[in-house]
Amino acid sequence: MKRVQFEHSSLPYLFVAPQIIIIAIFFLWPAMQAIYQSFLLEDAFGLSTQFVWFRNYSDTILSPSWLQAAGFTAIFATLVTFISMGLALLLAVKANEVLRGASTYKTTLMWAYAIAPPVAGLMGNLMFNPLIGDLYKFFNAIGWDFNHKLDAFDAGFVVVLISVWKQVSVNFIFFLSGLQGIPKSVNEASMMDCNSPTRRFWTITFPLLAPTTFFLMVINITYAFFETFGIIDTTTRGAPGGATNTLVFKVFQDGFRGADLGGSSAQSVVLMVLVLALTVVQFRFIERKVHY
Amino acid sequence: MANVQLRGVRKTYPNGAVAVRGVDMVVEDGEFIVFVGPSGCGKSTLLRMIAGLEKITEGDISIEDRRINDVSPADRDVAMVFQNYALYPHMTVRGNMSYGLKNRGMPKDEINRKVEEAAELLRISDFLDRQPNQLSGGQRQRVAMGRAIVREPKVFLFDEPLSNLDAKLRVQMRIEIKRLQRRLNVTSIYVTHDQTEAMTLADRLAVINDGKIEQIGAPIDLYNNPASLFVASFIGSPQVNLLPVTFDGSRLINGELAIDGFSDLPQSTPLVLGIRPDDLSQASHGQFTMRVDIVEQHGADNLIYGALHGITNAEEDGAEFCFKASHDLLPPLESSLSLGFDASKAMVFDQQSGQRLI
Repeated sequence: MKRVQFEHSSLPYLFVAPQIIIIAIFFLWPAMQAIYQSFLLEDAFGLSTQFVWFRNYSDTILSPSWLQAAGFTAIFATLVTFISMGLALLLAVKANEVLRGASTYKTTLMWAYAIAPPVAGLMGNLMFNPLIGDLYKFFNAIGWDFNHKLDAFDAGFVVVLISVWKQVSVNFIFFLSGLQGIPKSVNEASMMDCNSPTRRFWTITFPLLAPTTFFLMVINITYAFFETFGIIDTTTRGAPGGATNTLVFKVFQDGFRGADLGGSSAQSVVLMVLVLALTVVQFRFIERKVHY
Repeated sequence: MANVQLRGVRKTYPNGAVAVRGVDMVVEDGEFIVFVGPSGCGKSTLLRMIAGLEKITEGDISIEDRRINDVSPADRDVAMVFQNYALYPHMTVRGNMSYGLKNRGMPKDEINRKVEEAAELLRISDFLDRQPNQLSGGQRQRVAMGRAIVREPKVFLFDEPLSNLDAKLRVQMRIEIKRLQRRLNVTSIYVTHDQTEAMTLADRLAVINDGKIEQIGAPIDLYNNPASLFVASFIGSPQVNLLPVTFDGSRLINGELAIDGFSDLPQSTPLVLGIRPDDLSQASHGQFTMRVDIVEQHGADNLIYGALHGITNAEEDGAEFCFKASHDLLPPLESSLSLGFDASKAMVFDQQSGQRLI
């Protein structure tokens, strides 16, 4: 069989060039820079630079504050992913059953998607403001001694709540379209085979949503790791005492506030490796259980 | 096995559209009944109401004297075969067939026995551990039927199960469905818009038009004695020839054409004469002269289409007629053929009401 090819042509390279250039400039180069930086020790003004091998790694990674941030990130990412996906799935299933005013209902639920994380953070900040915040007053009024400026749990609650709220709409859109992708007749066939709606959901609907769920899980973990930066920066800023520092926020704090470029580069390299490992695990072990 | 009774069944959708306007009928125990009609006539809605997938607006449906209006689909003891098979894509063939039984709490070894029995009957034993997307259309159709059979329901419901198959497979599966139904002897209701399927499968055929049963009876009775213009034109392939006429007291008149041999017809109202293409024959001095337009050779017989001389139809052009002739009659195009028919086999309808008069 004769295969059609552009023999000895530079045309294909020309076509992929823009993508390659973008990846090189915005990902590969900074990543290389970060790796290089992570081996250097610099004074705050950049006047002297010293090559220190893995000192930055051992200094930062083993420090209690990094371990605290890593622990918080793990809990935070797990909570945000599961709560926002669970809530979105529940809303999508219910919205899918709505017959009247369905589009209004769906549009309303999608609105939060259009809000940037820092804006969501600012809104949250206002709602939890000790002087004028409605939620702050509400929690204290119902007998919860709520103070996210002092209490680590309360601060974590604030950032999780805002992050979940922001992400539910994205998850909702995907779950809804996933639900609508399930053929009507398959649902009807299951109605004739199984009486219990709960059982039908777990045996038919949920398995058929598995590709969507898997995709959203990857997206949500990435969101919780990286994009929530804006929310944390506009609400707790890691307070109290670094209890709500995520790894990304700590990289920013140490690098740009603390002027420790080497240490923060080392953290960002570790973070990159962590996320890479997490993604590999997701695709290796969870995707296997997904039917496309 | 059970009979199915429909009493005054109506369906009105929330937007006001009326899909079924009063159906009364009894499907006897073990009977194979076919609902046939054009698309949008309400036949599928009727079936889905029996299945429990559509709410019943008015009237009652009972299976074996148990009113099932408010019984959930899974508890009605009916099984349905869907047009697009509706197999669970994430389960194997075995999983698909055993799902309904598992949910009813049947013990595992009994489920296995039933599934294997049904698989043998349908010749899909080799595919039990495959996923539906690894099967061909015909095999998926068998799995869908297997899923219905293992349930051992009181009633089988078929919603155009063969329309997604190619023509050859459709004929094969049609025969197989008929054989299977004879063997299992389960009351079956089958919906189709294909009149050949309807004629060949049905013990009794219900022609549905605009949400009502137009006529119900044995397929051959409906073919020979249609009660209305609609049934006459829907049943039979090629379609019955229809000719607008008036009655002058002794003859049917259309343009230059006058046909003897009719009596007792109203003189003031417009009528329609219906003649089946197989009831026409070549005659030296027949009632019609046809100018040959197209000859379709089907092998055993030829279908000859053409316009009749001196006649106008409702659209004021030459009436197009079809004549079913034997394979050796091959008239040249544009030639004239003289055709005759037996007046006792002709049908006359009232044009306005569609009622059969003779």
